[in-house]
Amino acid sequence: MNYLIGLLAIVFFFLAVSVIAKSVKLNNKLSGTEEDDSTVDNFNNANGIGMLIFWLLFVILGSWSFLHARPDFLPIAASEHGVKTDNMFWTSMAVVTFAFFISNTLLFYFAYKYRFNKNRKATFYPVNHKLELVWTVIPAIVMAVLVFTGWRTWRDITSQAPSNAAVIELTGHQFGWYVRYAGVDDGQLGNVNYKLIDETNSLGIDFTDKSSFDDFTATELHLPKGQPVLLKIRAQDVLHSVYLPFHRVKMDAVPGMPTKFWFIPTISTDEMRAKLGKPDFNFKVNCTEVCGRGHFGMSITVFVDEPEDYKKWVAEQKPFLATNPAYLDKVPTNLKSKASKYIPIEPIATDSTEAVSVN
Amino acid sequence: MSTAISTAEEVHTHDHDHDHEHEHHELGFIRTYIFSEDHKTIAKQYLISGILWAFIGGSLSILFRLQLGFPEMSMEWLRPILGGWIDDSGKLDKEFYLAMVTMHGTIMVFFVLTAGLSGTFSNFLIPLQVGARDMASGFINMLSYWFFFLSSVIMFSSLFIETGPASGGWVIYPPLSALPQAMPGSGLGMTLWLTSMTFFIVSSLMGGINYICTIINLRTRGMTFTRMPLTIWSFFFTAVLGLLSFPVLLSAALLLIFDRSFGTSFYLSEIYIQGQALPNVGGSAILYQHLFWFLGHPEVYIVLLPALGMTSEIIATNSRKPIFGYRAMIGSMMGITALAFIVWAHHMFVTGMNPFLGSVFMFLTLIIAVPSAVKAFNYITTLWKGNLVFTPAMLFSIGLVSLFISGGVTGIILGNSALDINLHDTYFVVAHFHLVMGAASFFGLMAGVYHWFPKMFGRMMNKSLGYIHFWFTFVGVYMVFFPMHYIGIAGFPRRYYTFTALGNDSMAAFTDMNMFISIAAIITFSAQAIFAWNFFYSIFKGKIAPANPWNSNTLEWTTPINPEHGNWPGEIPAVYRWPYDYSKPGAPEDFIPQNVPHSATLESNLHEENAEIAREKDIEGLLGAQNESYTH
Repeated sequence: MNYLIGLLAIVFFFLAVSVIAKSVKLNNKLSGTEEDDSTVDNFNNANGIGMLIFWLLFVILGSWSFLHARPDFLPIAASEHGVKTDNMFWTSMAVVTFAFFISNTLLFYFAYKYRFNKNRKATFYPVNHKLELVWTVIPAIVMAVLVFTGWRTWRDITSQAPSNAAVIELTGHQFGWYVRYAGVDDGQLGNVNYKLIDETNSLGIDFTDKSSFDDFTATELHLPKGQPVLLKIRAQDVLHSVYLPFHRVKMDAVPGMPTKFWFIPTISTDEMRAKLGKPDFNFKVNCTEVCGRGHFGMSITVFVDEPEDYKKWVAEQKPFLATNPAYLDKVPTNLKSKASKYIPIEPIATDSTEAVSVN
Repeated sequence: MSTAISTAEEVHTHDHDHDHEHEHHELGFIRTYIFSEDHKTIAKQYLISGILWAFIGGSLSILFRLQLGFPEMSMEWLRPILGGWIDDSGKLDKEFYLAMVTMHGTIMVFFVLTAGLSGTFSNFLIPLQVGARDMASGFINMLSYWFFFLSSVIMFSSLFIETGPASGGWVIYPPLSALPQAMPGSGLGMTLWLTSMTFFIVSSLMGGINYICTIINLRTRGMTFTRMPLTIWSFFFTAVLGLLSFPVLLSAALLLIFDRSFGTSFYLSEIYIQGQALPNVGGSAILYQHLFWFLGHPEVYIVLLPALGMTSEIIATNSRKPIFGYRAMIGSMMGITALAFIVWAHHMFVTGMNPFLGSVFMFLTLIIAVPSAVKAFNYITTLWKGNLVFTPAMLFSIGLVSLFISGGVTGIILGNSALDINLHDTYFVVAHFHLVMGAASFFGLMAGVYHWFPKMFGRMMNKSLGYIHFWFTFVGVYMVFFPMHYIGIAGFPRRYYTFTALGNDSMAAFTDMNMFISIAAIITFSAQAIFAWNFFYSIFKGKIAPANPWNSNTLEWTTPINPEHGNWPGEIPAVYRWPYDYSKPGAPEDFIPQNVPHSATLESNLHEENAEIAREKDIEGLLGAQNESYTH
C-alpha cells in the first residue's frame, strides 16, 4: 500500500511540474514577451495555487497514511501507567494536530489567496496588540493544562515503588541483558561489585552480603501480572537503556549509577497473544541508548505470567549459589552456615528449569 | 562544461581587476580571496564550505537510508568507495552504520547549520544591514573562518581512518565515547572528533564575539536597536547563545579528553568491559549529559534563530507588508534565547536524572512553546492581506514556517516527561527534530541564499530552477519525515541497524514505509543537485543583478551591486526609519528604504512619525563621530 503513496507522490510531482510549465507557456503566449526584469514572474500564480494544492494533497495523503499505519502502532499498553500515558498521548496529539491543521491551513490558504495581483496593494498592518495578546494567552493556557496533567502522571509514575513490589535487576552489557531476581526468602537483592565479576559470576554478586544467597539469575524476564514490579537497572560497560515497548517503560542503564523504574503489568503474555491473534507474540526488552555494534540486537524476551504461574516459576528457580556451589568459598565464615543451606546435597537435575516456561 | 567555467572565471577575474582600480590599496589574490578580512568574502567562504559539507552529510544519510529502506540489498556496488566498510556478506558494516549516523548528525548540526548558516549570514548581513564598513575585527573574523577550516579538515580526515570516525551518536555520550575498547570509532576517530570540535568552538566564539561587538558598536547613525531588521536581532541572539553555551561544550569535551587520555574519572565509574574491571570510580556519566545539553539545547536555537530572522525579512519583503508584530518578534526571540538555557534536561527525562528535575524541566520546556507559537502566528498574519511575490526565497520561507509549525507541535508531546518515556530515542524524536530544526533551518539557509545571492555575487540565480528545487525539496522533506512519526509511535528506536530484534513481525509492518522514506530521501537529496548547479553556474554566468532586485528596504541594497571592501564607496547612509515600511498608505512606491528620511515622505508619514523629522538633524550630526570611529 505504501507503494501507492509513493506513486501518488510521484504523480503529484509531475502534475505540479506540468501545471507550472503549462501556465508559463500560457502566460508567455498572453503577454508575448518574457517579463524577466520585473520581480513578479509568470510562475507566481502557479506557485500560489501550488501551495493550496500541496496542502490539500497533504491533508488527504496524511490522513490516509495515518489510518493505514495505525494498525501497526504499538498495541494497547500492557501496563497500568502505560494506559494513562497512551490516553494522554492521543489527547495531546489531538490538540497539537488541531493547532497544526489550523495554522498550516491558514498559512497555505493565505499564500494562495494573497498571491500577487498588480491591481491590489498590500494592507499596511504592522501590529495589533489585542490579537497578539489572544494568541499568547491561548497557547499559554493550553500548555498549562498539558503541563499539569503531564506532571501529575509523571509524579505518579516516578513515585516510590510499593513495598510489595517484585524486585528484579536488569543489567545491561555489550550486548545483552542480565536478569537477577531477589529470591524467595528475603525478597532483597544482594550487593554487587563490578570488581568481583568473573566468567561465571557475570554480575559480580557479592557473597559477603547475606541478601545475595537466595538471588537467582535468568536469561528471560518473568513478570507477575497485576502486581507491582520494581526494575533495578544497572549497566556494566557503557550506557544502555531498558525499553519495554509494550509496557511503555524506558529507563537508561548507567554504569556506576543504579536507576529504577516500577510499573504494574496488566496483560499476561497469553492474553496478549489472544488479543492480537498472534500465537507467537512475545513481550520484549530492547535497548534504546546507542551502545555499540550490537545495539540493535540487544533484546530478551519477557513473559508476563498469571500471579500463581509466576510464583511457581520463581519457586522452581535455583539460587545462583545453588547452581554454582564453588562460590561458597567467598562467603565469610560467620555466614557460611546460612549460605550452605542453599547448596544442594545431591547434584541438581539440569532439566527442571526448562519445563515451566510459558512457551 | 569545464571550459565554460574557466572562461567564466577569466571574465570574472577581469571584472574584479577592473573594480580594483577604484581601490586605494591593492591586495593580492591571497589577501583578497583566501586570507581575506572582508566580511563578505569570509561569508562566501563559509557558505561554500557549508554547501560542500551539506552534500557530504546528506550523502551519508542516503547510505544509511539505503540500509534502513532496503535491508536485504547487497551493497557490494559501494565497495569501490567504502572498501572494508562493506562486510563479507555484502552489507554495510554495523559499526560503520553507527559512524555514518554520528557523522551525519555532527556535520549537519555543526558544520552546515551552525557554520554554514550563521557563519555565512551573520558575516554577510551584519555589517551590511547595520551600516558598518566591516566587522569589529576583520582579523579575528578571518581567524574564525580558518579555525573552522582547520576543524573541517580534521573532521573530514576522520572519515578516512581505518578504525572509522566517531560512532557513538552525535551526542558522543561517555562511557561509549570514552573507551576505545567499547567500539573502534571511540579510538582515533573520537580523538579527531574532539580535536576538530575544539577548533570549531574556538571559531564559533571568535565569530560570535565579532557579531555582538559589531551589532552593539558599529551601527550607522540613526540605526537604533528598534530600527534593526529582525535578521540582525536574530543573529545577535544567536551569537549570545553561542557565546554562553559553546564554552560549556568545550569544558565537556576537555573533561572527556582527560578521561580518555589522562586516566581521570569525570564520567567513568565502575566499568567492566572486555573482561576487565577498570579502576575508575566516582565519575558520573550523567554529568557529561548535563554539560553536553547545556550547549546542545541552545544549539537548536543557534541553528534555528538565524533561519527565523532571515525568514522574517524575506516574508515581509515579498509580502510587500510590514512584518506583523515587530516588537513581539523581538520579544519572542528574546524569550526563546533566555529559556533556551534552562530547558536542556528535557533531553534527559529517562536517563536516571532525579524525576523532580524532570518535572521542573517539563514546565520550563512547555513555556518555550508560547514564544514559538507567537512567532508562527505573526508570520501567518504577515501573509494575510499581503501581495505575495513567490520568489524562490519566499517559497523557502513559507516552507520554513510550515515545517516549523509541523515539527514544533510534536515538541509539545516530547517535552511532556510522562509521554517522553515511551517516545524517547524513537523515530518520533527523529521526525520531530528533523522537521523543526533540521529541515526548517535548512530552508532558512536556502531562503537566505536565494534572497541574498544577488548581493553576494552581483548576479541573479535562475528563478525557475529555484522553483523546481523548492517543490522537490518541500514535498520531499515532508515525505521523508512525516511518515517517520508513525514509525516512532510504533516504538521503533533510533540508531538501529535493523529492527529484527523488536520481534513480533513489527519490522515487516513498516518495511514498505521505510522503503518509501528512503526513496523520498534519495529524490530529495538528488534534487539538491539542481540547486548546486544553479548556484555555481550563476556565480559566473548568472544575469547581472539590479541594485535592489526585491525592492527591499534594508541597507545592504543601498551599496553598489558589487560592493568593495568597505561596502559603501562614499558615506555610510544614515537610517531614519524601521525596515518594514512596505505598502505604506500614501506612499507612491510600495517600499520606503530605511535611509529615506521622514521629511522626504510627508505624504505617507503616520501622525507620530512627523515628530521624527525634528530628530533627523541629530542623526545627521552623528556623521562626524561615526567617521571618526573608522579612522584609527
